[in-house]
Amino acid sequence: MSENALRDKLQELKGIAAESNVDISREIAELERKLGAPQPPVNEAWRRVELARHPDRPTTLQYAQKIFDDFVELHGDRTFGDDPAMVGGIGLLNGVPITFFGHQKGQNMKDNLKRNFGMAHPEGYRKALRLAHQAAKFNRPILTFIDTPGAYPGVSGEDRGISQAIALNMKEFSILPVPIIATILGEGGSGGAIGIGVADIVLMMENAYYSVITPEGCASILLRDSSKAREAAALLKLTPSDLLRFRVVDRIVQEPQGGAHMSPDQAAAALKADLLISLHVLSRRSVESLLAQRHQKFLSLGVFQEEEAHRKSLLQRLRDFF
Amino acid sequence: MNDRNGIQGWIRGLTERPVHKKRDERLFIDEKNSCPSCHRHLSAQELEATLYTCPHCQHHFRLTAWERIRYTADEGIFQELSAEMETANPLEFPDYEEKVQAAAAKTGIPEAVVTGLCKVDGHEVVLAVMDFRFIGGSMGAVVGEKIMRAMLVGAEKKLPVIVFTSSGGARMQEGILSLMQMAKTAVATQALEKARCPYFVVLTDPTTAGVLASFAMLGDVTLAEPGALMRFAGARVVAGTIREKVPENFPLSQYHYERGFIDMMVPRQEMRKTLSFLLKLHTAVPGGRT
Repeated sequence: MSENALRDKLQELKGIAAESNVDISREIAELERKLGAPQPPVNEAWRRVELARHPDRPTTLQYAQKIFDDFVELHGDRTFGDDPAMVGGIGLLNGVPITFFGHQKGQNMKDNLKRNFGMAHPEGYRKALRLAHQAAKFNRPILTFIDTPGAYPGVSGEDRGISQAIALNMKEFSILPVPIIATILGEGGSGGAIGIGVADIVLMMENAYYSVITPEGCASILLRDSSKAREAAALLKLTPSDLLRFRVVDRIVQEPQGGAHMSPDQAAAALKADLLISLHVLSRRSVESLLAQRHQKFLSLGVFQEEEAHRKSLLQRLRDFF
Repeated sequence: MNDRNGIQGWIRGLTERPVHKKRDERLFIDEKNSCPSCHRHLSAQELEATLYTCPHCQHHFRLTAWERIRYTADEGIFQELSAEMETANPLEFPDYEEKVQAAAAKTGIPEAVVTGLCKVDGHEVVLAVMDFRFIGGSMGAVVGEKIMRAMLVGAEKKLPVIVFTSSGGARMQEGILSLMQMAKTAVATQALEKARCPYFVVLTDPTTAGVLASFAMLGDVTLAEPGALMRFAGARVVAGTIREKVPENFPLSQYHYERGFIDMMVPRQEMRKTLSFLLKLHTAVPGGRT
């Protein structure tokens, strides 16, 4: 068993120990010994990254199965092809039709090869945009599910315009006249994530991360040492609580003890509850106020220094403008 | 530029400076003035005459923001916007403040983009020019905000907006907030849609990652200089993610032009003329409706 797997096992046992009367302190002690105490403290950010990438972590389609009463998957971008790394369709959420799409990782190696490890191509982003326009036509709210290490960075992505596809999605999503809720399920990898991430409400699972670059990428570029990914993860401030503080996400969805993979049903139930609340809140907004708030949310992100009074008056003018 | 007070209300830190100031000495060129492509020696006069392109192999040297403005804008006054905005360090990223200060000292500009109002061949425009020397032209909150405000000023004053891009992408030291600048600038282009303002993008070497995948790909008309590196992911990111080997200087603007992502390839000497004609095409009264 790998060190990570042992750590998860340990976490799981500690969870059981806390909730039951069975004495398993011997098993816990044994695992801790195997892991070789004293351990360097694993930083919180890296723990999240590991859990977000856990091979058994529930995927978009698994959540769809658990959240919707029933759903159909729709395929293709009508231009190039169908991207198995981006899935989407229409589901019934407590009887209400909803459009959804999201990155799809595989559940084993063979599946992952088909799904390209959740790294979508331009046709995936264009499929998402097609479904989003369809949702607007039929006045269906949109749920997006983010779980990608990043958009596919190879030549086939360049050939078909990955940059243009992501840019256009952000632009178009900002004026879709239906509620949009984005949820970061696991990995919120850079441009690949924000390509379906412009939304009225952004939710984040407790053990997910959202970052401008992978910790490995940051380590190799800024720290000049790809083995310093753990350190980079902490520097990037990519955990849900950081993102809440920066107002990049609106709410965190609690996961079961040990992570979503310990009980996908429980994780999906918690997410569904929050999605229903979010949809209820958004359904009460007029289209005008929905779009005005969405614009303001994204136009006001970022921290810099400027006279506060001036910034406030500018934001007021922004509001008037849109 | 008669509505000065209107602009002042929008943007603090409007400063004015003549377009044709002294030539910026801190250009992207080595001390020997040799062409990095064909290695031939070029004299300073020769480079100035060709707007810093190699007369032998057409290599386009990178330009600083103010050099670009000098080659694009009419002689006269450039009203710079938001020059007082200062970069913050919200992640408390180690050594970030020092890095920004060093970049500012080296380049003589406060951040990686200069925005302002000027005229191009008589047409009043909002111009935004990125400078690759400033931490690789990377986009943090200040760059994103300045691009957004340039677009909003354009939308409110019904002026065309021209952006010259040159950037390695998002500024990693600002983490997730730099990623959000992609969304911010892309969303801001909707203001130009609503106001029916022309938005022209000129892709220059290099334009990659977070900048390429946001406002750089959303122009009404997209121009590119020849030989400009344009890619979504840097070589190190590609190598760290997939097995594919991507050559260091690939793909270039011509490659994207052939695939339909660029309207026109424009050599630097023809850029001002081309922009001028595009501005004329977009400001003349359209014949389609009354």
